[in-house]
Amino acid sequence: MANDKVVGIDLGTTNSLVAYMEGEQPVVIPGEDGSHLVPSLVAIDRDGKTVVGNAARALLIETPERAVYSIKRLMGRGVEDIAEELQLFPFRMAEDLAPGEVLRIQLGEHSFTPPEISAFILRQLKRNAERYFAAPVKQAVITVPAYFNDAQRQATKDAGRIAGLEVLRLVNEPTAAALAYGLDKRSNGVVAVYDLGGGTFDISILKLSDGIFEVMATNGNTHLGGDDIDNLLLGVALDDIRGDLGIDLRSEPGAVQALRRQVIEAKHALSTQESIRFDLLLPEGRRYQREIARAQFEQMIAPILQRTVGPCRYAMRDAGLDPGQIDEVVLVGGSTRIPRVRQLVRELFGREPHGEMNPDEVVALGAAVQADILGGASDATKDMLLLDVTPLSLGIENLGGVVAKIIHRNSTIPASATEYFTTGVDGQTNVAVHVVQGERELAKDCRSLARFDLRGIPPMPAGLPRIAVKFLLDANGILHVSAREQRSGQESEIQVQPSYGLSDEQVVAMVLESFDAAEEDFEKRLLIEARNEANTILAATEKAKQSPAWQLLVPAESAQIVELAKYLQEAREGEDFEKIRQGVQALNLASMHLAELMMDAAVATALKGKTMGEAAAGQPDVAPVAGHAFAKADIEEGR
Amino acid sequence: MSIQAKSQPAIPVLPNGEAEHKPCWSCGDMRAAYFCSSCGKVQPPAPTDYFSFFGLPRHLGLDLAALEREMLALSRRLHPDLYARASAQEQDWSLQQTSKLNNAYRILRDPIQRTEYLLRLEGAKPGEAPKLAGESAPARAAQKPTVPADLLEEVFELNLQLEEYRAGKKSGNEDCALRRELESASGNFATKLHTLAGELKGGWQEWDAIVDSESAGESVPPPARRRILDRLADVLHRRRYFANIIDEISAALNES
Repeated sequence: MANDKVVGIDLGTTNSLVAYMEGEQPVVIPGEDGSHLVPSLVAIDRDGKTVVGNAARALLIETPERAVYSIKRLMGRGVEDIAEELQLFPFRMAEDLAPGEVLRIQLGEHSFTPPEISAFILRQLKRNAERYFAAPVKQAVITVPAYFNDAQRQATKDAGRIAGLEVLRLVNEPTAAALAYGLDKRSNGVVAVYDLGGGTFDISILKLSDGIFEVMATNGNTHLGGDDIDNLLLGVALDDIRGDLGIDLRSEPGAVQALRRQVIEAKHALSTQESIRFDLLLPEGRRYQREIARAQFEQMIAPILQRTVGPCRYAMRDAGLDPGQIDEVVLVGGSTRIPRVRQLVRELFGREPHGEMNPDEVVALGAAVQADILGGASDATKDMLLLDVTPLSLGIENLGGVVAKIIHRNSTIPASATEYFTTGVDGQTNVAVHVVQGERELAKDCRSLARFDLRGIPPMPAGLPRIAVKFLLDANGILHVSAREQRSGQESEIQVQPSYGLSDEQVVAMVLESFDAAEEDFEKRLLIEARNEANTILAATEKAKQSPAWQLLVPAESAQIVELAKYLQEAREGEDFEKIRQGVQALNLASMHLAELMMDAAVATALKGKTMGEAAAGQPDVAPVAGHAFAKADIEEGR
Repeated sequence: MSIQAKSQPAIPVLPNGEAEHKPCWSCGDMRAAYFCSSCGKVQPPAPTDYFSFFGLPRHLGLDLAALEREMLALSRRLHPDLYARASAQEQDWSLQQTSKLNNAYRILRDPIQRTEYLLRLEGAKPGEAPKLAGESAPARAAQKPTVPADLLEEVFELNLQLEEYRAGKKSGNEDCALRRELESASGNFATKLHTLAGELKGGWQEWDAIVDSESAGESVPPPARRRILDRLADVLHRRRYFANIIDEISAALNES
């Protein structure tokens, strides 16, 4: 439907949000409990039901083996490269994983891929939005860290699909924040966005001119964020407890999660307090008590924060700027609430950073702005456009394992490059290409994207075929490949073995599976739609009462309409969508005569002063639209 | 990532012609390069070179501010974000057009890449030889350029000095006098580089004059064209060579 709302979603490591453009301003859509943030926590309760967000917190502590957090860290990554994550986080890999299979995480009796787990979170956000609008939500803009590679982006798109959302665009988080900021300030200049979230760090430098947001350079680290601070503190606390009290909590996952919760609260408190008192009740009635001063805390986390400096300097170098040429700095991400972070940013850029926008919400608000731009632009965003870049160079592996870069990092996207290949052997019909992402010299140090087999090359002497392979990075930063042998004009069939990620069939299967499992959702959807229909016809009935045609009804007719409307109103407040549907039909039937009368009146007005010929030519379509007899009559009456 | 079921028409890297004139798919009127002048609908990309894409003559001297303005203006009309609700075909065309716009802007705004691109267009440099899949093909930037003839002696001497210096450093005896000589040589090449920048600009002016004459209807004899193109190619070659030398010296001096 053309009028369906497109929402903006921040799918964060720690918290997720959904927002949309309300008039001139983006606003966050609250959950059922009124909160803006949905913690990115997923658990399966003992009845096999999925629990997401705040409600999952208790389950994380009580039944940690049935819960998971920070799943974003595993998106688009393979079994081989998550060794570090497995050490730092209680992710449990499914035991029955075959080699080469996509990673799955165990939650209770079931196992899920990271996109499926992210889809649970997205579905919760979708429900919140649908409840808020009392209308279906099918399209969304979802944000990703600017430094996410192709596989991580594709995984995010897959998650959207599994959750029943068409992902219109993936937007980089710092760029989204700049949109929210720029919408607010409407000034031209160079803006640096320093985004330290739960799991990832991004620094982007943008030029704002007359509504165009042009990214000049971006850099970051997809393994750096608040989680690392939490893990550091948690480790210190665990060692402390073992040292002081001789208790090794590491053997009790539930207790570790409870401690982690406290550690995080302490971290938050130290942003506004100079010191905090730690007090944790341990098994067997023991207590762990400790006082932590902010200065101590800052010393402990200094090495972590220091890791944000390098990317900032690289980004400025790539943009060809020194700090003095940057007009504004914007802080994004919960971790930027830490005073030491603000100080570091002040030192790096030589100016006071903006923090007046809520660092937890600004990315979602920006996503809502982009959703608005894509949706056809309201007045607020009609002059706005985002020109983003790819963060990582795209290259092809050559003999000797050396990378030949074909699209350089910080190239504005969409971007393309065409490379030519030929055969080395007479009659060779296949050619293999290995595509990687990264800045290193050797392919093995870069991120493997995929291996392409170009097949169906017409047999020719070696060196004769000329195969043009076009690499296109779309506006989401995702790679598309097409190939054609130029001498014969034949399109090469391309077989892709993506290095990580789900195949199309797998995603489709997951979409279907999630549909079955979510019976409840479907019913809810029907309920929403039924209520929508009820609202439409009830509103039209109210209007009809004001029209002169109402007076033309016999009392029995009008009384019946009033009664059926009342019945429908009551049904609408209930949960039985069948009842609502029936109510709508009944009211519709009873109002048919009234609708005809209104139509006649409209036609009569339109015909006044026209000749028969003109009238015949301009005759409106009189057949009422089923279920919306009034709506149509409404239109004819010249609203 | 995703694969196209059908590939797009081959995008030529060395195109020659002007934009083809084809009727608009939507309203049938004769269309302009990216939009139909009658109905405004986006069109499939025409096989133009990057200069034509921006409606520019093949001038090497360029008003960068104007180029940027044009790029932003075209982005405002071509970008895929503006076609999110259009037909799949229009979305595809806007994607193709915008990637071409971004490629063209990236090449034209950089003085060296712009010059190299023009040389390729004019057939002055050897075309891109197709790679053997997996073969270590000479990547454009990474290729070691050959020594300019008049510098053979100087470079030979420099290479000896570099070897001597490296060997000394490795065995723990850094030769400070040699270091100073290398630093001085680096300075020399930096100066040469600076002079080249001036030569490049001069070359641009000569070339632009030829282009202007030709578009005014005068014919320019091929040897004159050849001469200026070769000169530009030579300047670029030297430039690359000097930059490599400076990097090599810097690496030797700074490696531990």
